[in-house]
Amino acid sequence: MQSQALAPRGGSGRTGGLIGWLSLGLGLTQVVAPGAVTRLIGARDNERRRTIVRAIGLREIVVGLGFLTQGHARWLWARVLGDALDLALLSRTAVSGNAKAGRLALASAALVGVGWLDAQHARELGRERHGVSQGRLDLGAVVTISCSCDEVYSFWRDFQNLPRFISYLEAVRAQNGHSRWWARAPAGIELKWDAEITVDRPGEVIAWQSLHGSELPNRGLVRFKPAPGGRGTEVHLALTFEPPGGRLGVAVARLLAKISEQKLYNDLRRLKQLIETGDVVRSDASIHRGPHPARPSRGPLAQR
Amino acid sequence: MKANCWYGKEKVRVEEVPDPALLSARDAIVRVTSTAICGSDLHLYNGLVPTMEKGDVLGHEFMGEVVEVGSAVVNLKVGDRVVVPFPIACGSCAACQQDEFSLCENSNPNAWIAEKMWGHSPAGLFGYSHMLGGYAGGQAEYVRVPFADVGPLKVPAELSDEQVLLLSDIFPTGYMGAEMCGIQPGDVVAVWGAGPVGQLAVASARMFGAERVIAIDHIGYRLKMAQGSAGATDVIDYDESDVHQALMELTGGRGPDACIDAVGMEAHAHGPMYAIDRAKQAVMFETDRPLALRQAIRACKNGGTIAIIGVYGGFIDTFPIGAIVNRSLTIRAGQCHVHRYMRPLLERIARGEIDPSFVITHRLPLSDAAQGYEMFAQKLDDCEKVVLKAA
Repeated sequence: MQSQALAPRGGSGRTGGLIGWLSLGLGLTQVVAPGAVTRLIGARDNERRRTIVRAIGLREIVVGLGFLTQGHARWLWARVLGDALDLALLSRTAVSGNAKAGRLALASAALVGVGWLDAQHARELGRERHGVSQGRLDLGAVVTISCSCDEVYSFWRDFQNLPRFISYLEAVRAQNGHSRWWARAPAGIELKWDAEITVDRPGEVIAWQSLHGSELPNRGLVRFKPAPGGRGTEVHLALTFEPPGGRLGVAVARLLAKISEQKLYNDLRRLKQLIETGDVVRSDASIHRGPHPARPSRGPLAQR
Repeated sequence: MKANCWYGKEKVRVEEVPDPALLSARDAIVRVTSTAICGSDLHLYNGLVPTMEKGDVLGHEFMGEVVEVGSAVVNLKVGDRVVVPFPIACGSCAACQQDEFSLCENSNPNAWIAEKMWGHSPAGLFGYSHMLGGYAGGQAEYVRVPFADVGPLKVPAELSDEQVLLLSDIFPTGYMGAEMCGIQPGDVVAVWGAGPVGQLAVASARMFGAERVIAIDHIGYRLKMAQGSAGATDVIDYDESDVHQALMELTGGRGPDACIDAVGMEAHAHGPMYAIDRAKQAVMFETDRPLALRQAIRACKNGGTIAIIGVYGGFIDTFPIGAIVNRSLTIRAGQCHVHRYMRPLLERIARGEIDPSFVITHRLPLSDAAQGYEMFAQKLDDCEKVVLKAA
């Protein structure tokens, strides 16, 4: 989540920005000089066509601005929809006959190309928004806890403690040098995997990785750094999930949908509460769904 | 049990709700004897605070008797009479260790919502939206008090509920407002808003040695109380005179040495700016109307301090940053770190130096909470502060 906030608006890199500006430029041209645009695409210029071109221009401006300011995939999908609409309009013009066939064909080809680019980019952006890139989910979170690095390290190193603050974990048990992890996916589906520790430097870092053949290949790395000014320990957590290639299993997909960087931050906050106050801090509203002394907390507020 | 629940703009009613239970070894359950309606409850009542849900139990100023304690609560026992501070604080995080209890890093289970709005989360509060924890409030017969080993203050039997109840919020809040002003002997302090917090800010400013304290409001009986009971040396009724001009008149053109904004997000004023702010607030261009704050910044003397203790929730427009920078003004603000002030202020009350109960004008049974809210919001029957008797 944090890395997204820092990423330039308009999505991943230059192409995103380019599409936004292109949309804006094209839109402005269509609004200012609808006649020229009509002629360019090979149609005959008349007042009705100019109005249509102006309307399309306005749409391009809105979509361009929307995408440039918010950088959200839905603006690109809006563009794809617009491209399809434009293509339909072009084909109607072609059928009507009073147009230059060559230019129309060229304009149509360009539209198809742009539409494909928009769709590709929208899909890529949509995936990025969910932290998934090429089927991989990379997540990170940090928190500062008022105690020594050794204390947090020891608490974490005992993996059985993890389900006390990591919401998607049901249980972790140490087993002959390895550990067995159970995760809870919605609808009562359970996933399990075995993991081994790959790096273990007391008071500094722990890294682990699921063993070959796991239902959900994943690995994690947690670093403990002394905070400046004697303010305790900075805990830096990085998790990577690598869903099995091809189609995700239903359980894996459901579990991954439940995991986000926001949740991971919440998990680390619970770790801080456990270490600093001895317990996970709860209000009635944060644990009950029905009526209770603080009354129901529904919808997005019931996030765990 | 019975509890006063929020159901939307200007809709509260006393309902039967489940009794609270201990959720942690550090919890206590308090049977409420007295609970007050706070000016900041009116922001909830007026529907200006996000993440409220229908049925939420209101109230963050309360006191009562301990009826149950968790195994880790060793400082309290069943039967103790306690006042409970409105911020919930763990006592062990970095903020609590620095006595910044309203910034407790652990007490808000919904910290992520507050972070979305404010960048970081402050402490959880009783009965004050889900963004601030979703804790059930104290306008009820019973309350679950988390971190009962840190917050509740035992009060001596010889002091009445009304004398000590306001230690839960508004007395320390007014006091912290005056403290943030860094008052020196001879100072002139102006206080915007003669509501209950404003009254106690006036009284506190006098306690810190301000030579003159000017109360600003437009409600006659409140200004009368500020002058008659709180200790204001002067009052300005903004219905009758221009605040800036009157302040210049009263301070020889220097402006007050310190200004306290005890008004917050729902300020009233005269002139076009008021209409503009109301309109902006109505269409969500700004969440808060900073009319008192703008006046305070404009009036404050060069190099002076403005302390904000009135509640603001979100965003404001037309903020006079130029005046702050070019005239070396200091802005201080905060939700009160109540735990820090309760004990010393209790001692002052016990010594008879001050009796903050002068602000209380109405006493009602808890079952009449809705009427209390309406009276306080509409300023009916010269209402200044409503106390609800829960037992």
